[in-house]
Amino acid sequence: MTLALTLFTVICVSLGAVFFLAGTLGLLRFPDTLTRLHALTKADNLGLGLVVLGLLPQVAWPLGALKLIAVWLLALLAGATVGQLLGAAVRPQPTTLGAGTAPAEGPAP
Amino acid sequence: MSLALAADVVLALLILGLAIWTIAASETYGAVVGFVAYGLLVALVWVRLGSVDVAMTEAALGSGLTGLLLLGAAAHLAPLEAAEGRGRPGPGLRLLVGALCVAVTAGLAAVVLSLPEPAPTLAPAVAEHLATLGVKNPVTGVLLGYRAVDTLLETVVLVPALVAVWALATDPAWGGRPASPGPKVPGSALTLLAQTLPPFGILVGIHLLWIGADAPGGKFQGAVVLAAMWVLVLMAGLRRPPALAGRPLRWLIVLGALVFIAIGLSGVWLAGAFLAYPEGLAKPLILAIEIVLTPSLAVILGLLLLGPPVADRGPGA
Repeated sequence: MTLALTLFTVICVSLGAVFFLAGTLGLLRFPDTLTRLHALTKADNLGLGLVVLGLLPQVAWPLGALKLIAVWLLALLAGATVGQLLGAAVRPQPTTLGAGTAPAEGPAP
Repeated sequence: MSLALAADVVLALLILGLAIWTIAASETYGAVVGFVAYGLLVALVWVRLGSVDVAMTEAALGSGLTGLLLLGAAAHLAPLEAAEGRGRPGPGLRLLVGALCVAVTAGLAAVVLSLPEPAPTLAPAVAEHLATLGVKNPVTGVLLGYRAVDTLLETVVLVPALVAVWALATDPAWGGRPASPGPKVPGSALTLLAQTLPPFGILVGIHLLWIGADAPGGKFQGAVVLAAMWVLVLMAGLRRPPALAGRPLRWLIVLGALVFIAIGLSGVWLAGAFLAYPEGLAKPLILAIEIVLTPSLAVILGLLLLGPPVADRGPGA
């Protein structure tokens, strides 16, 4: 039983690492911001999810496991939000095309 | 064992590479991004060294809050830098600065390398007497028991720092509201985040404060999380930044420092020295200082991020 759980952990964490690797490759190689965001958020969601899933059998139930799941959910929430905001910021809009790099300044009137 | 060593070596090389990249970055914005990532990696080093308290402070204050302040500064400087492209320091000055920095690094390295092999330490003496303070986290014990004057200064100094930021305001704006941070996009994902995250963030902040007596955590880490939640709500436009002339706000800002100083002065009568705690009262007094300081620190850190008040009293930035 312990062997099966350890095997489960190794497989899940390795799969998670593969997703992180693929996400990093995509972040470096994809042609534009939106596709790079896609690669990045996949690494966060699936990669971290698989790592957390793999670590679940290794920690104390329930507090340790719930903390791990909370970390994953918070990372999901933050990743999804930042992905949305960055996507909205780079989406070509007629008024902001070619504008400066400081979004805090707001669009020109 | 060797796997851990390999990870440490990779971490050290990453930090060195990132540090060089940050220094060499031609744009202020890029350098700040490098600095933030650098701080997070340094936090990992502190975790590897077993100093989780320092790691949390580095991630929250050194990387997160300082990074945000620098990002704001970079955004404000961008138009100036573009206009003053020729005003950059010449190669001679840059070489001099670089040489001085190398001298500082070499001096620090020489000091560290010349330490006697069992480095002189007071750690056993502290560990022996930690029980009399009643706190189980040695970092909190040292910071509020043995080095309380340092801690007092580094918390009180934030009040003049905030006054200095406010002093940048123009006369008509004095006492007004700081500019709303961030772009206003009603109904965006940011609004959702600002509505869902703060309950958890506030819980985590209070947890960090409460656990600080016995485990890694404490007032500064908790206050940064609380301040982040407040600024998040302001960024999403769900609340307006407060008017800085408000009496309750100003009392909140100085409350932590006042209570800390009052407890320190009472030590002169009750225990014979400034910031000495009477027998048996050490833990309650340390807890009182931490609990009162946390909201003050959170408000100060948030206001530092918001910057000076602006003349434009409208809802927009």
